[in-house]
Amino acid sequence: MDFIFYFGDVFSPLSFLLLLGGTIGGLILGATPGLSPTMAVALLIPFTFHLEAVQGLILLGAAYTSTVAGGAVSAILLKIPGAPANIATTLDGHKMAKQGKGAKALQLSFLASAVGGIFGVLLLIFLTPVLAQWALAFGPSHLFWLAILGVTVIGSLDSASVVKGLLSGCIGLWLATIGFDDIMGAQRFIFHPSLGGGINIIAALIGLFAIPQVLTMFAKGRRASGAEVIEVQKHSVLDATKELLRRPRALGIGTITGSIIGLIPGVGGQIAGLVAYDQTKKFSSEKEKFGQGHSEGVIAAESANNAMVGPSLVPLLTLSIPGSPTAAVLLGGLLIHGIFPGSDLFDNHPDVAWTFINSMLVGQVLMCLFGLYVAGLAARVAQVPQSVMAAIVLALSVFGAYSVQSSMGDVYVMACLGIGMYFLERFGFSAAPLVLGLILGPIAESNFIQGGMIADATVGKASYFLSGGLNIFLIAVVVASIAYSAWMELRTRRHTTKEEAQA
Amino acid sequence: MKKLIASAAIALMGLAGTAMAEEYPERPILMMVSYGAGGATDFQARIVTMTAGNEDALGMPIAIINKPGAGGRVGWNWFATQADPDGYTLAAYNVPHFIAQSIKGGVSYSADSFEPIANWGADPAVFVVAADSPFNSMADVVAHAKENPGKLTFSGAGLFVGHHIAALQIEKAAGVKMAYIPTKGGGAAAMKAVIAGEVMGGINNLSDAFRAQEAGSVKILGVADLHRSDFLPDVPTMQEQGLDVDNSSVNFRGVMVPKGTPQEVIDELAATVPEMFANPRVAKKMQAGGSPMHIMTRDEVKEMWAAREQTLKELLAGL
Repeated sequence: MDFIFYFGDVFSPLSFLLLLGGTIGGLILGATPGLSPTMAVALLIPFTFHLEAVQGLILLGAAYTSTVAGGAVSAILLKIPGAPANIATTLDGHKMAKQGKGAKALQLSFLASAVGGIFGVLLLIFLTPVLAQWALAFGPSHLFWLAILGVTVIGSLDSASVVKGLLSGCIGLWLATIGFDDIMGAQRFIFHPSLGGGINIIAALIGLFAIPQVLTMFAKGRRASGAEVIEVQKHSVLDATKELLRRPRALGIGTITGSIIGLIPGVGGQIAGLVAYDQTKKFSSEKEKFGQGHSEGVIAAESANNAMVGPSLVPLLTLSIPGSPTAAVLLGGLLIHGIFPGSDLFDNHPDVAWTFINSMLVGQVLMCLFGLYVAGLAARVAQVPQSVMAAIVLALSVFGAYSVQSSMGDVYVMACLGIGMYFLERFGFSAAPLVLGLILGPIAESNFIQGGMIADATVGKASYFLSGGLNIFLIAVVVASIAYSAWMELRTRRHTTKEEAQA
Repeated sequence: MKKLIASAAIALMGLAGTAMAEEYPERPILMMVSYGAGGATDFQARIVTMTAGNEDALGMPIAIINKPGAGGRVGWNWFATQADPDGYTLAAYNVPHFIAQSIKGGVSYSADSFEPIANWGADPAVFVVAADSPFNSMADVVAHAKENPGKLTFSGAGLFVGHHIAALQIEKAAGVKMAYIPTKGGGAAAMKAVIAGEVMGGINNLSDAFRAQEAGSVKILGVADLHRSDFLPDVPTMQEQGLDVDNSSVNFRGVMVPKGTPQEVIDELAATVPEMFANPRVAKKMQAGGSPMHIMTRDEVKEMWAAREQTLKELLAGL
């Protein structure tokens, strides 16, 4: 119960001001395409040089929390996920926005984010020692199976047909092999120096989602200049809260999946939203509504990606191992003040540790309040004419892709992928499975190689990958997931063929 | 006409050149770090350059830009081929990483593509095992490896980086074969593999291992350097434990400029930068963050690069 004792520190004038600043700044940064939570936190690190350790961490914690949620704004209104964590939000969120329910989608996403986020931070407060053991339980073989589980989702994600989903997933898997292979240092498909580092995931994300949007907007803008991008109907917060409470299953699955996946070092938030979305869809009684602008989709994705924030810090705070890129940046923020995460942090600097954690708790609430306010403003943003909006999004896209690693190469990669995706979309392919392939490919590959090397030196590949409780459990889930998809595919085959003919 | 323009342009460039040398630096300077934000190199680069704007240092701030990817290759390739050699683009180097990569090939740089300015830090590689491991010294590790050739797994951050060099040296010195497991995701992933018991041991950075030991999750068995570290006075070096491992794997970090940078600018930087590193505020922050400092001048770094290239060529010849 230490954390209650330090709650007062969060509300001292300067701390609270920083918390507010971090939250509002984080929402704005998060809503900007290409500025991922990792970048937002990295941008703020130099400011913390001049602050006390506690205050610096409050700023970073607040920014981390709210950038994750802020990414939903562009995901819903523009179909451009601010970070990989928000990909699943685009699936139903943008459809809702197109139907005029943008304000509702935003309200739901911020409310769900707050619920998931608070649950995640509470887990961090009460169960840290247990969770640390969990985080360590996932070795190379388990991460490999987890990535394969993700691959099984690809086919059914946001595509009219399973075959097209799998095809775009394969394109993503292939794109992921470009660059220097991180383990062996081999060079693959590098035809230009800017591909040496592989396809950057943020640049790819912007290209695959934003550029086709921009091209479509330009195309439409020519026909009807001055047309509104999307219409936004006003929606009361009370109704949104009621809607959220009517969907306890989506909220529960999202929150729990997000917390568990957020905990696993190296996989983290990138796939939490997608896995939660898929699970919610499978358990839902209204499966056919997913992808058509269904509120459950938004709730599951957003509660999951904020639930992952708290647990993703467990390996850092207890074992001093940063489990995600954002945690690595936070580690720098701690070290600069001479504080070592681990037992030193909780024993010798409890004021820092608990104030930091508390600030994330309060930050979730503030983020929700400001987010709901932003949702009210959404109607104005949406009144910008198509052609102007397209130009703004294009400028933001170029800026976002460039800023990831200050490289024009990433901008070219973004442009090429974007133009390619524009044509693929016309043939009924969609971007989400492609990005999922791009994310999962390297996870599956590196863990297979690494696990294989350990296995060869010890027990052999077969028993390393196929035995042990966790391995068998994960394999069972993979098999169940494939069987379920196959069964659904067979059941709706006639229906799908008709749809395909129309597409 | 064309000739006239050309000669005018050359004259202008000459003018600009002299003007620059007199007033250098007249605008803020960029420093490229070829690893991601928040990594050890990035973190230390930000600390050691934080006083650059002071009057007694360069008088102009240094801004850090990150170009991560492929173990640093992306950033150094960019620096060797695209950075302007005008003194306003610096880069952080990591030895032995970039030298080993250039020996292995597939990159557009070598030690000759860059001009060193000064060295700020030296982070030795150490051998770590999980806190509950039966190994308590390097002798235990070697004995186990002798009985089980090729079966002792130990992790490190990739191939052709300091950790890999240390691993090769240990194997060579002890005359044993062990299974080096390169991880993706740098030292943090390699450390996680040790703590979680996925591997039996690992090579890691002294600074990270020191923190993990403070957190109670690992034991540090040996330091791959010529001397014991101030951070770990109780941990013996490899040589003290009878393994002939020198400081070839020590991760030296410092500042360099591209070849072709005007000599006056190099001289100016080589004179000022080591003093900037020696600022007590810098030392305090580095100490607090658990990052060992080791300031070397341009001439010392040149010597160190040449020596490293020699050793690495021999060591990597068989691979």
